[in-house]
Amino acid sequence: MTPFTTLSGRACVLAQDNVDTDQILPARFLRKPRDRAKGQDYAAYLFHDLEVPGVAGASVLIAGANFGCGSSREGAVYALIDAGITCVVAPSFGDIFAANAVRNGLLTVVLADAPMIGGDVWVDLPAQRIGFADQSVRDFAIDPARKHQLVEGLDEIGLTLTHADAITRHARDMPAWLQVAPPTNKSFFASFFSKKEVLS
Amino acid sequence: MAIPLKSLNVSGMMTPRTMFEKIWSTHEILSSPDGTSLLWIDRHLVHEGSFHGFAKLGDRPVSRPDLTFAVADHYVPSHARSLPIGDAEAAGLVAKLAENAARHGITHFGLHDPRQGIVHVTVPEQGLTLPGLTLVCGDSHTSTHGAFGALAFGIGASEVSHVLATQTLWQRRPRNMRIFVSGALGPHVTAKDVILAIIGRIGTAGAVGHVIEYAGPAITSLGMEARMTLCNMSIEAGARAGMVAPDETTFAWLQNRPHAPQGALWEAAMAAWQALPSDDGAVFDTELHLAGDALAPMVTWGTSPQACLPVTGHVPAADTAEIRDQLAYMGLSAGAKLDGIAVDQVFIGSCTNGRLQDLQDAAAVLRGRRAVVPGLVVPGSMAVREAAEALGLDTVFTQAGLTWGMPGCSMCVGTNGDLVAPGARCAATSNRNFVGRQGPGARTHLMSPAMAAAAAVTGRITDVRRLA
Ligand code: SF4
Repeated sequence: MTPFTTLSGRACVLAQDNVDTDQILPARFLRKPRDRAKGQDYAAYLFHDLEVPGVAGASVLIAGANFGCGSSREGAVYALIDAGITCVVAPSFGDIFAANAVRNGLLTVVLADAPMIGGDVWVDLPAQRIGFADQSVRDFAIDPARKHQLVEGLDEIGLTLTHADAITRHARDMPAWLQVAPPTNKSFFASFFSKKEVLS
Repeated sequence: MAIPLKSLNVSGMMTPRTMFEKIWSTHEILSSPDGTSLLWIDRHLVHEGSFHGFAKLGDRPVSRPDLTFAVADHYVPSHARSLPIGDAEAAGLVAKLAENAARHGITHFGLHDPRQGIVHVTVPEQGLTLPGLTLVCGDSHTSTHGAFGALAFGIGASEVSHVLATQTLWQRRPRNMRIFVSGALGPHVTAKDVILAIIGRIGTAGAVGHVIEYAGPAITSLGMEARMTLCNMSIEAGARAGMVAPDETTFAWLQNRPHAPQGALWEAAMAAWQALPSDDGAVFDTELHLAGDALAPMVTWGTSPQACLPVTGHVPAADTAEIRDQLAYMGLSAGAKLDGIAVDQVFIGSCTNGRLQDLQDAAAVLRGRRAVVPGLVVPGSMAVREAAEALGLDTVFTQAGLTWGMPGCSMCVGTNGDLVAPGARCAATSNRNFVGRQGPGARTHLMSPAMAAAAAVTGRITDVRRLA
């Protein structure tokens, strides 16, 4: 994953609360293949059904509260990343969106009252600071684990597999009923359906 | 299961714990100083949309194919299975899932499997969802499975590949919320109305960062299908997951399901399940109380599930820009009565309301009546479809003039091509009324199956209590 340290670029603004993942990437584009090595990406689908002035060429999006709420689709993050937006600033984010963002190198900055203006913007993640076009500079808080992952561009699976022993031990100690029982009772549904009293 | 030391306080007494805390602690492999925990995952469900997760896996093997289940649902057509999938991209995704499942040795409920259906309908039916387990899927409505007292939540594509590769997931521990619904629900007031009323009350961000436990007499009197409807839409309240404590209703529903534990394992499971409900005195970070007897059938008027009101209500005044935008999109005027808004079509189905009880509720209204607008009824699974046909419900729907489809997500999201036309108004039993959800420009009103059936019969949003 590409590490995220500092950024300087241009911001665009979407001054609307509750922009959900359907609006970031409409569901109908989720089926599109994405293989950046083959030049297939999601940039063209970003905010497809919305009007977001200045989104082309922007690297930071300044948005309203609860940005990225709704469905768990990670495609919403791909669309932003593919369009060159690697940082979104908002008063709050959908939980899953924020988790997906960090895994793809997209920084989510929680700021209750960021200036809703476009123009030049810079971000310094190690220093946890962001500067806007009105020359205001703001400090922001970020979960230390997320910051570490972004700054180092870490591969999460590789990291987890360094704990393989603990995982194997835990799996072995789980109670037997938690395993998947092989399908027994294949006639379950046949008998179930004939029992109308169960159904009505 | 061993009692983790940290749940014993100094005097050696058990600290009362919530059901969520019990499941969390038995699945926590490691906790890191930054506050995240590595959790063991008991069941991992994948669907066509999980292709990004498989792609991100690269050359790594799937760690536990025996705990992974693949289901074709989002892109399967609702027309007869003997016909080819008309759309090449959709067909490609359905085939891709089959290919990934075969390559990694994953059980696949594919297009022609009798167990095919919407992942959140068919997996519980097979007895794969059990109390006390952790279950994840790259789909936000995974919260559905919490109806069994499981910790079940949606994950993104990166997490899908992480679970495929490790059977574990890093998670930050959510907070606990209890929503207590007292009293008894009135006639034609269903789990759908309860959850819409909750979302209307707390908003779509009302439970962010929380796992909700639903409790109280109005909840415990619900059957499993209704509990699934309730937990399904926890995500629309912003919650990570929703849960209902397992009880006799749960156990009776699970017993003898194809993958449910049998014999001695069933006994062991029962012992664990009976200890699972939240202890008396367990502390919830947030509590909400709702009077069940005061609830009415609900309907949404806007483009967010929180934009909902009892059907007896009126479209709200356009006093904010947000409401104005929603009313413009929905083509509604402020102050109009909800009961009486003309609809163009009806959709009955989805992982929220595509189960047998839902179809029975709709059929009870439609029996002997004619729909005056077109409508699509899509059972949630092949098993639901067969059960409905055994009861003659398909005849009720087709004689009313509605189309009886093959199982899948269908018009809930339209990825299989079942779209609502731009500007058309649809009475839908699904879970999301977002802008463009059922197709570009589509206007969605969420409601219960009985309410959708009433809308089909009158061509208008209608208080089903008047019809019945
Ligand atoms: S029925 Fe709708 S909400 Fe449920 S899984 Fe399918 S698309 Fe998602």
